[in-house]
Amino acid sequence: MTDSKYFTTTKKGEIFELKAELNSDKKEKKKEAVKKVIASMTVGKDVSALFPDVVNCMQTDNLELKKLVYLYLMNYAKSQPDMAIMAVNTFVKDCEDLNPLIRALAVRTMGCIRVDKITEYLCEPLRKCLKDEDPYVRKTAAVCVAKLHDINAQLVEDQGFLDTLKDLISDSNPMVVANAVAALSEIAESHPNSNLLDLNPQTINKLLTALNECTEWGQIFILDCLANYSPRDDRESQSICERVTPRLSHANSAVVLSAVKVLMKFMEMLPKDLDYYGTLLKKLAPPLVTLLSAEPELQYVALRNINLIVQRRPEILKHEMKVFFVKYNDPIYVKLEKLDIMIRLASQANIAQVLAELKEYATEVDVDFVRKAVRAIGRCAIKVEQSAERCVSTLLDLIQTKVNYVVQEAIVVIKDIFRKYPNKYESVIATLCEHLESLDEPEARAAMIWIVGEYAERIDNADELLESFLEGFHDESTQVQLQLLTAIVKLFLKKPTETQELVQQVLSLATQDSDNPDLRDRGYIYWRLLSTDPVAAKEVVLAEKPLISEETDLIEPTLLEELICHIGTLASVYHKPPSAFVEGSRGVQHKRLTSSAGSGESVESPDTGSAAVSEAPPTVIPSQGDLLGDLLNLDLTPPTSTGPPPTTAPGMQLGAMDLLGGGLDSLIGDESEPPPIPLRTDTPQSPQPPHQSPSPPHYSPTEVAPGNHTGSLGGDIGGSPAMGTGFGAPPAAMPASFNAPISGGLDDLFDLGGGGGLTMGTYIPPKSVWLPAMKAKGLEISGTFVRRSGVIQMEMTLNNKAMSVMSDFAIQFNRNSFGLAPAGPLQILTPISPNQSIEAALPLSTVGPVMKMEPLNNLQVAVKNNIDVFYFSCQYPISMLFLEDGKMERQVFLATWKDIPNENESQFQIKDCHLNSDAASNKLQGSNIFTIAKRTVEGQDMLYQSMKLTNGIWVLAELRVQAGNPNYTISLKCRAPEVSQCVFQNYETVLKN
Amino acid sequence: MIGGLFIYNHKGEVLISRVYRDDIGRNAVDAFRVSVIHARHQVRSPVSNIARTSFFHVKRSNVWLAAATRQNVNACMVFEFLYKMCDVMTAYFGKISEENVKNNFVLIYELLDEILDFGYPQNSEPGALKTFITQQGVKSQVQSKEEQSQITSQVTGQIGWRREGIKYRRNELFLDVMESVNLLMSPQGQVLSAHVSGRVVMKSYLSGMPECKFGMNDKIVIDKQGKAGSNDDGAKSGKQSIAIDDCTFHQCVRLSKFDSERSISFIPPDGDYELMRYRTTKDIILPFRVIPLVREVGRTKLEVKVVIKSNFKASLLAQKIEVMIPTPLNTSGVQLICMKGKAKYKASENAIVWKVKRMAGMKESQISAEIELLPTNDKKKWARPPISMNFEVPFAPSGLKVRYLKVFEPKLNYSDHDVIKWVRYIGKSGIYETRC
Repeated sequence: MTDSKYFTTTKKGEIFELKAELNSDKKEKKKEAVKKVIASMTVGKDVSALFPDVVNCMQTDNLELKKLVYLYLMNYAKSQPDMAIMAVNTFVKDCEDLNPLIRALAVRTMGCIRVDKITEYLCEPLRKCLKDEDPYVRKTAAVCVAKLHDINAQLVEDQGFLDTLKDLISDSNPMVVANAVAALSEIAESHPNSNLLDLNPQTINKLLTALNECTEWGQIFILDCLANYSPRDDRESQSICERVTPRLSHANSAVVLSAVKVLMKFMEMLPKDLDYYGTLLKKLAPPLVTLLSAEPELQYVALRNINLIVQRRPEILKHEMKVFFVKYNDPIYVKLEKLDIMIRLASQANIAQVLAELKEYATEVDVDFVRKAVRAIGRCAIKVEQSAERCVSTLLDLIQTKVNYVVQEAIVVIKDIFRKYPNKYESVIATLCEHLESLDEPEARAAMIWIVGEYAERIDNADELLESFLEGFHDESTQVQLQLLTAIVKLFLKKPTETQELVQQVLSLATQDSDNPDLRDRGYIYWRLLSTDPVAAKEVVLAEKPLISEETDLIEPTLLEELICHIGTLASVYHKPPSAFVEGSRGVQHKRLTSSAGSGESVESPDTGSAAVSEAPPTVIPSQGDLLGDLLNLDLTPPTSTGPPPTTAPGMQLGAMDLLGGGLDSLIGDESEPPPIPLRTDTPQSPQPPHQSPSPPHYSPTEVAPGNHTGSLGGDIGGSPAMGTGFGAPPAAMPASFNAPISGGLDDLFDLGGGGGLTMGTYIPPKSVWLPAMKAKGLEISGTFVRRSGVIQMEMTLNNKAMSVMSDFAIQFNRNSFGLAPAGPLQILTPISPNQSIEAALPLSTVGPVMKMEPLNNLQVAVKNNIDVFYFSCQYPISMLFLEDGKMERQVFLATWKDIPNENESQFQIKDCHLNSDAASNKLQGSNIFTIAKRTVEGQDMLYQSMKLTNGIWVLAELRVQAGNPNYTISLKCRAPEVSQCVFQNYETVLKN
Repeated sequence: MIGGLFIYNHKGEVLISRVYRDDIGRNAVDAFRVSVIHARHQVRSPVSNIARTSFFHVKRSNVWLAAATRQNVNACMVFEFLYKMCDVMTAYFGKISEENVKNNFVLIYELLDEILDFGYPQNSEPGALKTFITQQGVKSQVQSKEEQSQITSQVTGQIGWRREGIKYRRNELFLDVMESVNLLMSPQGQVLSAHVSGRVVMKSYLSGMPECKFGMNDKIVIDKQGKAGSNDDGAKSGKQSIAIDDCTFHQCVRLSKFDSERSISFIPPDGDYELMRYRTTKDIILPFRVIPLVREVGRTKLEVKVVIKSNFKASLLAQKIEVMIPTPLNTSGVQLICMKGKAKYKASENAIVWKVKRMAGMKESQISAEIELLPTNDKKKWARPPISMNFEVPFAPSGLKVRYLKVFEPKLNYSDHDVIKWVRYIGKSGIYETRC
């Protein structure tokens, strides 16, 4: 055979010659000619001009020739629809042929001719073939329905082919079943809501039976279809699992992986304490390892999937570290994937081996691989604390090799190690500084700058080092510029005397000479911070950094769940949902794992050690996630707007912008129109929905997505939670209501409160200045908190000390320890003219979002007006939160007192208090601290008291008052001992005023 | 599902192009050529997404096979299919090369039409396909009606891999246990990882539709039998059993039966096939131990000494022993002394290749080399690739033993005793590396 000669016909006039040959009488010549045509078609020549001549050859007994003509038809029918009609008769005739192979060939080819006119003629033959006596024809016809559906879905439905197809699921021949399943699955994908693949226990049973008998490919179709089924209960899912597990021993890795998919999915339904659950977990490991001895391409697919499986259920492969060791001859894509999994599996038990391997890899040739290996060493250090020291020394060894990219990569990871273990490995800084010159990649430069800034006080020539970077400031990448700015500000705050010039220089470079808004904004923030309040600046910039998490690069949990449902498919290879790369409606429904009812913990594995990891959220710094959550709720709308219904749209960036821009919207003008930030004008009656933090999962101070304001601010101002305190987004916007006139007389009450004459004389602390005018462009706010008939109010005096009128006030709180939040909007109806002061009372609720604050009763507030947004924090007396029904039954008190462990008890002294026990009791009752019993022992009065906080925490107290002794002793017992300090302070203030 | 299948030569010229789905256009053929075959950088993944079309590719000698799709297909299946296609083509015309593909393009189109329908893989067992797709054109004209329905029932049937009515005068069975030992050893002789991947390959020439049962010294089976039968029995026979980590089977094996009873029963295909693959990691006999010694003498000289020790019964002979000792890129000359066999420095491979034809068990041999280096100013140190080794030994390093292979054919009058059975064990080196 020398068919290759057909590829070499390139002469001119070829088409003409071919035409003649095609019309030749000799069969052999005809066949030769058709072959030539197909060869030309293959190499991309246009031979459509020969259409009629080729179609003329269709009527033949020669099957080989027929197939060639069909091939030609499939290619060109679309471009010559009118002529394609000529072929219809032959098809119809062939569908009646005695030979089943020819019948099948006709029905197979027919479906590939995408010409509308033809499809109508094909319905009758197709209907016959679907009921053909020969299974070979039926299995081909089943696929043909899917083809026809792709061309004309309506026609398929009208003709009732779908029902026939469904019937084929019960066919006696397993291959027919498999193809019918494949066709139905595909059609169902384009009709997500049709109940086309009506999977019920009966059909499932049929599919499972066919599974044992059909070809390897058929098994894949069936398993992929099974994965879409949701069993009714755990028993059903166990019985399906039992029938699927034998597939794990199939030679075809696609069968294995599809079986793994079904098992991973149905396992969610199984109770963990079931023996079978453990058995199943054990059964999954060996086949996954076997996939690694397949061909490299399959290994790659398997590894990408194992990466997902390890994240979801780390326990399956935790003992299989060795099989992921890289072989010298592995293709690079296999090497990189193995490395990834090695890090995920690294634990204290195997770290020594892993490190030895990684060190080996760091000397290999491929640059990407080496970099990843170096990075992996750093990740090991962060993940397994015991190994940190060895990792650091390994990294230092690698730095000594002086291979440029190794050094740079090592510095980047060492920075992360510093973050994880502060004050432990700083001795290596000197070595790092030696390599300053050789760093040419932005990430490494930024990391080095961060280190210099962070440890400026330990590096003698930190200023010189940073200055050397400053020379080429404008040539640096944004990442480096931002880091340099922050580092110099840090340096200035640590060594203010010598570095004033330097900081001036960098601030002016950042604010005046740069076009980058991120850089400029950050520069301005620092500038203002430094010029208005250096102490605050110190708190913000040098704040303690949250620890970085152990696991990085984790896939976000909902995406992970979806990907688990797509094991084996392209989605699992790309680690992206199908919607990210598939066009149109096909296959883009989001799949979710269904877990057994009511057990959110089903994700957890039986051994708790490594399992917790799988549940960890992807955010590396939890507090940052919280902050972002807060920003989502930011609402600084003008009071006039009633606002649309609550949304938690991921408009985080906009919200954040608004925070920084400070009332930008109102400056722009139209006040009645709500600005395009996520609005949330309802009161937080319901707990906040959990936020999906959109921050990048792998977070480190230098890796901040440019252009993302929130990210860069939170990330780089020392990568700290300072954002919460400093620029903190006071969250959960709650405009408050208050009518100025009412408050008029209330002021007087302050004085009365001290008198103690009123029985219900709640102590109200005097107003203090919360926001001085100089910090808020002339707006001074002083205020206090009161609890009146069960309602907490924030009473404020707003004083306009500026020259212009202030209006459009709004208020928000940051999350706080007890969920305080405004219960209504801040109502200041009239603008405040210069030198006018106005009273406002804001009712508060305690159902807002909760975050523990330090001190506990700290409250961060943002107030907006037409000029800017201002932030301040104040402390509220904890007695605001004592409920009126805080009196405990005596018996309950006794039992509770005994029940609370002694370590939760704290004792305090209240000095210089001259009240007797009854007066004290009276006074305290005004603040909802109730005396339950009084006992006198040896001239000492013991008062037993209880109070209940709004969040349901009870505090029990024993107050000892000795006649003649101005010092009281108080013991507090509470299940949440953190509150004791606050409560004690409250006692002190109440009793002394 | 698969939208199109293309075969290219090494230059990126299309040899075969078959489009199955409307969403794959003609330009997809060019997209792959431009972005992958002609790409300036080395391809870093066997799956590439080019303009929203995903391409899967494998390479066989100088021929590229690529499958294209725009849907979320089962990636594993696509690769399995591409390998299967290679198997089928090899079964039809031998090695896959540009010349062979061109010579058989009509046949390949015919095969592609048969084994892939609308992108769904169909029966692709060469044995079955050969009954109705032949290189000599088509048999159909001469086929009787019975023959035709026999073909179709076989292609779609439960036993798609065997046809009815096979007859042999002599019923014969050849069973090869072929294992490859993989090892990664540290310079100090510590085993970093070792596993055996084995295959049981059969050639069966049996009449009719024989039912076969295969038994080996699988630990689980032996333990079970030991418990069931008398304890003495197990102890007396003193059979060593092996722990199999995992195994996979040819599609003829009844997997559910294996899962429940751990017995391997099947109706074999006719001729050559691979019955099972397995993997073991415990108690592996490592046939050779490599002891490297590398000493850098100054900047321009390297002294290498490698000792190999054979670690198996002295009565057995290992064959085709080959040790590859990598040398630095700046090697200028090598002097070699070896006790046995021949050694040569191959500059093109940057390695010293030491070949020994035969070596008995429990022996030791040694090579020493002096490598002279050209002085370079390349700061980067030589990565010291591992020393690798090839060999062949006449036993199974995993310790696997075939216990029985029983054949039953109730319809024909031959019994298990009449079948002539041959068993052979071959142990080969897989990736057998020692770091130095």
